[in-house]
Amino acid sequence: MKIIKYLILILIILNLSSIKAEDQINDLNIKITKNLRCLICQGQSVYDSDTEFANSVKILVQNKLRDGQSEKEIYSYLKDKYGEWILYDPEFNKNTYFLWLLPVLMFLVGGAIIFKLLIKTKY
Amino acid sequence: MTSTIGFYSLTFGLVCSFLIIFFSVKNFNNSQFFDNKILSITFLQFFFVTISFFSLILAFVYSDFSNETVFNHSHTTKPLFYKISGTWGNHEGSLLLWLLVLTFFIFVFLLKSQKQKKEYRILTSLIQQVIIIGFFFFLIKTSNPFNYIFPVPAQGLGLNPILQDPALAIHPPILYLGYVGSSIIFSSALAATTLNYVSKDWAKHIKQWVLVSWIFLTLGILLGSIWAYYELGWGGFWFWDPVENVSLMPWLALTTLLHCILVLEKKLLLSSWAIILSIATFTLSMSGTFLVRSGILNSVHTFANDPERGLYILIFLFCLIFLSLFIFFFFFKFEKKKKNLFWLSKETAILINNWFMMYFLSVVLIGTIYPIFLEVFSSEKISIGPPFYNKLIIPFLVPFLLAMAIGPKLKWIKSNFENKKHLILFFIISLLLSILIIRNLDISFLLNTVLVTSAFYLFFITSRDFFVKGFKRLSQNIAHFGFSLLILSILFNNIFSTEVISNLKLGETLENENFKIKFENIKEINEYNYKSIKGKFTVQDLNGSNEIMYPELRIYNQPNIVTSEADIKTNLLTDKFMTMNYIQNQDYFNIRYQVKPFMLWIWLSVLLICFGGVISFIKKYEG
Amino acid sequence: MKVKFLPFFLVILLIFVFFGFYKGLQNSNIYTPEVNLKKNIPSFTAKLLGVKNEISSKEIFKDDVYYLLNIWASWCVPCRDEHKFLMDFSKSEKIEIIGINYKDKIKNARNFLNELGNPYEIIISDLDGTLSIEWGAYGVPESYLIYNQKILKKVVGPISLNNFFEIKDLVK
Repeated sequence: MKIIKYLILILIILNLSSIKAEDQINDLNIKITKNLRCLICQGQSVYDSDTEFANSVKILVQNKLRDGQSEKEIYSYLKDKYGEWILYDPEFNKNTYFLWLLPVLMFLVGGAIIFKLLIKTKY
Repeated sequence: MTSTIGFYSLTFGLVCSFLIIFFSVKNFNNSQFFDNKILSITFLQFFFVTISFFSLILAFVYSDFSNETVFNHSHTTKPLFYKISGTWGNHEGSLLLWLLVLTFFIFVFLLKSQKQKKEYRILTSLIQQVIIIGFFFFLIKTSNPFNYIFPVPAQGLGLNPILQDPALAIHPPILYLGYVGSSIIFSSALAATTLNYVSKDWAKHIKQWVLVSWIFLTLGILLGSIWAYYELGWGGFWFWDPVENVSLMPWLALTTLLHCILVLEKKLLLSSWAIILSIATFTLSMSGTFLVRSGILNSVHTFANDPERGLYILIFLFCLIFLSLFIFFFFFKFEKKKKNLFWLSKETAILINNWFMMYFLSVVLIGTIYPIFLEVFSSEKISIGPPFYNKLIIPFLVPFLLAMAIGPKLKWIKSNFENKKHLILFFIISLLLSILIIRNLDISFLLNTVLVTSAFYLFFITSRDFFVKGFKRLSQNIAHFGFSLLILSILFNNIFSTEVISNLKLGETLENENFKIKFENIKEINEYNYKSIKGKFTVQDLNGSNEIMYPELRIYNQPNIVTSEADIKTNLLTDKFMTMNYIQNQDYFNIRYQVKPFMLWIWLSVLLICFGGVISFIKKYEG
Repeated sequence: MKVKFLPFFLVILLIFVFFGFYKGLQNSNIYTPEVNLKKNIPSFTAKLLGVKNEISSKEIFKDDVYYLLNIWASWCVPCRDEHKFLMDFSKSEKIEIIGINYKDKIKNARNFLNELGNPYEIIISDLDGTLSIEWGAYGVPESYLIYNQKILKKVVGPISLNNFFEIKDLVK
């Protein structure tokens, strides 16, 4: 256990300076392009893909971030050009109510069933 | 020639199915003892399918292009190893492999279940034969691996180069062992329900099959991930891609079942739940086959699409689902007895595990199929990717991990919190440690601290158990310890990964705060079935250590596809990962360099989890 | 009561799922974005091929003229196939062809045009591919038929013989 702690500490020291110094635009660029789906190889994100299209989108996002555009503005720009399909993170709207709420509903129902089982028991 | 033999033995295999059904029905009512003819014919069936499978392998080895499957997926210049693995690297061959495993498993099941009741064995074998017949027809009707082409082409079309890989050569067989194992659980659960034989004995007996399928499924997923990591060339190992999700879903169901069956074995509780899970596991495996083979999904790894095949599996799948639902609701005897569950007991802890596992399963399931349904009902197209899964799964991991740490500490029936000071002590230690680690990082503090804390908590508690408990409950402890290690590795891997993507020309140097990368030279090498362009890069770290990386581009001749081979330098703590890509019409290459800590530990911890299963299997087998 | 309701509900749900999958089988799994015909074409300023001058979209697209905007590159093989149709259009008085040269070297682009002929009135250079994104393109070649600042038709991939006649019909 001690060894592992020690190793982790070393890692932190190694990585500490780097993460702080990293360019904010670059970080945001990575975050945004990871959330965009590539239209050429349709199973990959723009960030992961190396197609011409993906490379152009990476440049475009970078340019837009340098112009001071926000993450949301960039998403809506690309959504306007290519449709909602390009976003990996579906927005919460009438199309996706079920998508976001159904799992949570399942969770609540499961909890209710377990709760009922416990309540029934007499000690 | 081989094709003829293959096809005929396939037909004989199908005939065996009908013979088995005939003898089973006869044997079911007439005799007191199990008719060994059934066992012999089952073996014969397995034998025929094996012959068929080997003749396909032979056709591949000898590049017999009169066989359509071989023509579409092989080439004479391919190394022998990939000629063989090409047999199951395509739709037809992989289905034949499915069938092979199906017939093998039912044979083993009949051999190993001789202590069980006659009716139960016969019924299980009958239901299994229904599945087997379904696959026979599917294979022969829609995807016959032994179709002829005339005139015989001189050369084949070749195997997709990204499939020409050792990990991927063994990934499908192992994964199928897991999938198909779940079919045995399915048949056996239905048989037990019909005969009202859902008991402690049954739980004990079927647990072995659950363990076997679980171990293989886990290993299969692991192999797939490792392959994706080094072959797909963008340094990730899990993409929440539909095809991956499809293998994760049966795994989640199977893991839940594994825990649920424990309660059934010890306390005879949750019997209906165990049956539902058994049905769900196989149904999910089949749905996976449907989703992948029908081409309904859009994924990085898909087989050739054919709507006819999709339709066939879909109908077959729903027949099985309706059959199992019918059996369940018609035959299952719900217990009249009041269930006794105390809130602080092992039963409750396992229920909570089940609850969370089902939640994770529903997230993955809904996320995977939602786009299909949305498109059908509103013709809107959306994508569901990693952010969705992360948002819905990660917050729930925290209570899950905590419950996983405390749960095994509880006793069956009733427990209390005496002498549990160390539980609190370890929690404080984990919390402090996590704060220490996360504090100085420029990331969302709260979520990461809480996550790392709970993972550490499980980590410490399970580590302590190795010393305190020794060999008692070793399998469970190893598996849980492995899981904590897995979560920790993934978390630290995510948090501490650094990377750079840039375009470099020959001789150029890229410098940033972390490292200095110099593009030294480039070499062209002509290999047997591809041309390789190998770059040489020197990477200098912050602390001055040098590493030479050789990422590679391969231009395969048959089919003509360019792949990018990553160069990965693995050591105990970090992986260094570099890929190089060609940029259209420029002198630049696109370089991606990543430093990924704890990569190796992700694989090791999954192996550890598997190992836990293996120990449990061996222990049960001996005892 | 509960036991009777549950199977009924499950059967309904499963039939629904079956229907969904069945319908889903008929849809293509490859995504192609739809073209918005109502919106105005994007406005931009870009460099001309091989020249330092910048040109704005307003200078290029006038009202009451049909334009065929074609994204091409010398390294793109299908672009060669469709070139004959572009040459044919360029002879017609009714339509003006605007080229966007995608991620190309000027020398190669010139060689390409010298070899196959130059159908373009104006060639805009798109070195990093961002201008094509402005148009909603994601590959080469792609073509847009434009009239009064609106897109009438979009062709993804090389112009086929069918596309060629369709465009001719539209331009009449």
